[in-house]
Amino acid sequence: MWRDAALVCGKDLRIELRSRVLVWQVVPFGILALILFALALGPSLDALRHGAPGILWLALLLASVLASSRSAAIEATEGTRATVRLLGLDAAGVFLGKVLALAVQLLVLTGILELGLLVLFHVDGGRLALATPLSCFAVVALAAVGTLYGALVAGTDVATTLLPLLVLPALAPVLIAGERGTASVLAGGGPGRWAIVLAVMAVAYLAVGVVLYGPLEDPS
Amino acid sequence: MSRAVDRALGPVALGLVVLTVWLGLWVTPPDELQGNIVRLLYLHPALAWVALYLAFGLAALSSALYLWPRTRASRWDLLAASTVEVGVVFLSLTLATGMLWGRPAWGVWWTWDARLTSTALLELLFIGYLAMRRVPADPHTRARRCAVLALLACLDVPIVHFSVQWWNGLHQGATIDAGFQFHVHGSMLWTLLLSFLAFTCVFAWMVRRRYQIAARSEEVEDTELQAALVERRAEGVR
Amino acid sequence: MAPAVTLRSAVALLGRFPALAGVDLDVEEGSVLAVLGPNGAGKTTLLHLLAGLLGLRSGTGHVLGCDLASQRRALRPQVGLLGHRPMLYPELSAAENLAFGLRAVRRPPGEAVAALERVGLAGALATVPSRSLSAGQQRRMGLAWLVARRPALWLLDEPAAGLDEEGRALCDALVEEAARGGATVVLTSHDPDGATRVADAVVRLAGGVVAAAWVGERVHRVA
Repeated sequence: MWRDAALVCGKDLRIELRSRVLVWQVVPFGILALILFALALGPSLDALRHGAPGILWLALLLASVLASSRSAAIEATEGTRATVRLLGLDAAGVFLGKVLALAVQLLVLTGILELGLLVLFHVDGGRLALATPLSCFAVVALAAVGTLYGALVAGTDVATTLLPLLVLPALAPVLIAGERGTASVLAGGGPGRWAIVLAVMAVAYLAVGVVLYGPLEDPS
Repeated sequence: MSRAVDRALGPVALGLVVLTVWLGLWVTPPDELQGNIVRLLYLHPALAWVALYLAFGLAALSSALYLWPRTRASRWDLLAASTVEVGVVFLSLTLATGMLWGRPAWGVWWTWDARLTSTALLELLFIGYLAMRRVPADPHTRARRCAVLALLACLDVPIVHFSVQWWNGLHQGATIDAGFQFHVHGSMLWTLLLSFLAFTCVFAWMVRRRYQIAARSEEVEDTELQAALVERRAEGVR
Repeated sequence: MAPAVTLRSAVALLGRFPALAGVDLDVEEGSVLAVLGPNGAGKTTLLHLLAGLLGLRSGTGHVLGCDLASQRRALRPQVGLLGHRPMLYPELSAAENLAFGLRAVRRPPGEAVAALERVGLAGALATVPSRSLSAGQQRRMGLAWLVARRPALWLLDEPAAGLDEEGRALCDALVEEAARGGATVVLTSHDPDGATRVADAVVRLAGGVVAAAWVGERVHRVA
């Protein structure tokens, strides 16, 4: 399982380095989301600072849907699906490999969005750095859910419209925990309790994904 | 289910609902503090119980049975789909009756209390299941996807259940708690218990009918497949 | 010796459409079977069924000793499929795609180089993203994958499509080498001449069933 996970993770990251979808599409979308939410809140600095944690996590959530869709699309072409199924890779290993590759990309995205938060929303950078454990656990949860749901809709004609409808309610707990944790950190508290909640979510989604990815991808 | 039970289920369910409505609206007294809005007590908890535990619990069980190779059969997929459809209806009614109670009691139609929020998310998760159900696919692929989706969605059920204990929000605790301590008494208690029985029967009747429709559709599809096979083989002869 | 492939009244669905409507088929181990037929006859579906990628709706099937009703996953590592679509990831080069596949099946990734050279995809062609390759070159990449993997069952969906004359000769040579090495080959074709060059047996599919079959010397009468 771990060997196949490493193989699939390496393959996904290599494909991303070649295609640069994260750099040219997902990250710009995330920054665009930050800007649009800021415009919607209005010019008041207090409103922006108060809304910053929620906006960060909302932008991350929406951008992660794009990234998950891309991760699933890599495997979705007919020839690729057939060939990969014939390779006999361990399903749990494939799931973990894709989750790891997606989590790495989401971590990069989170770092850039937090920079955006510093610049656009005038939050305290030193305090924001303390929210790092939140980000680390959250991206694992986001990646696990995104990979699983991406596999659910892969191959359908309506994947682009169906994936957000399915995945966003499932990610709402991550949004809530991430926002509360970041707000707590920016207000002078610690990330402790919310980091634990996100860690539990990450472990739970990984466990569920390891069990369900196989039957989803390959019913035989 | 025997034919006699099947035929009796509808009238029994209807009778119990009528009895509940009569007791709830005319026989039981208004509450000391809440007045007449307490009568929603004879709807809301029962609707929630049916949706959360009966409907989505059955959906999870059926979905697991479908995904497990040894027990895989289309009847589990049809049962899961039927219970989810009915469950979404009951959950919508739960939210609606909750809002009707919340407006006079809390002064707002909606609040971002943990119980309400997690319930709304559960509704959206199962609406997603229904959306997936309508995506064109061969029956086994659709069944597989929906089974996984149902199991994922049911992860929210324990969160809904424990939300009041974990986060002390506005929503009150259980009227009948886990230790079977009752927080209402007399005719209100009996009517409450009757409402659980009534809506359980309504649920069973609705799921039974929906399952029968789904099973008949499958029979029709099988018949159409046989006709398609004959036509297809004839292509080879021409 | 038991046949490599045995199908009896095999029905397979694409969605709700009966692409295969009751196929009876035997393929001897180490032989080459050509499957002819018009568009929509079910040739590609047959290959996917034999690869274990598709389930049986009814009927029975055994491929390389594996029951298609219950052992499809065990069958797949023994099968190589050359389909219409590019075989793997367009962003990766032919060498990287083959190396990925070989690592997945626990074979040395270095074998990819020799396989690519065998099909004429050496040097720069092996290192550019495979989306940059022409259709014929992508076909050759698919053939290189089969050469590197050496499966017991080769399933080729119109292998000559998109290949030039040299490519078609290469394809024929690889099929003959595979059969000589003990592999069983099932290939589909629109071209009876091309099929009979290498085939030990030929069947014609029509309407999802086997409409005609020729074996041995009778194969040459198909053209």
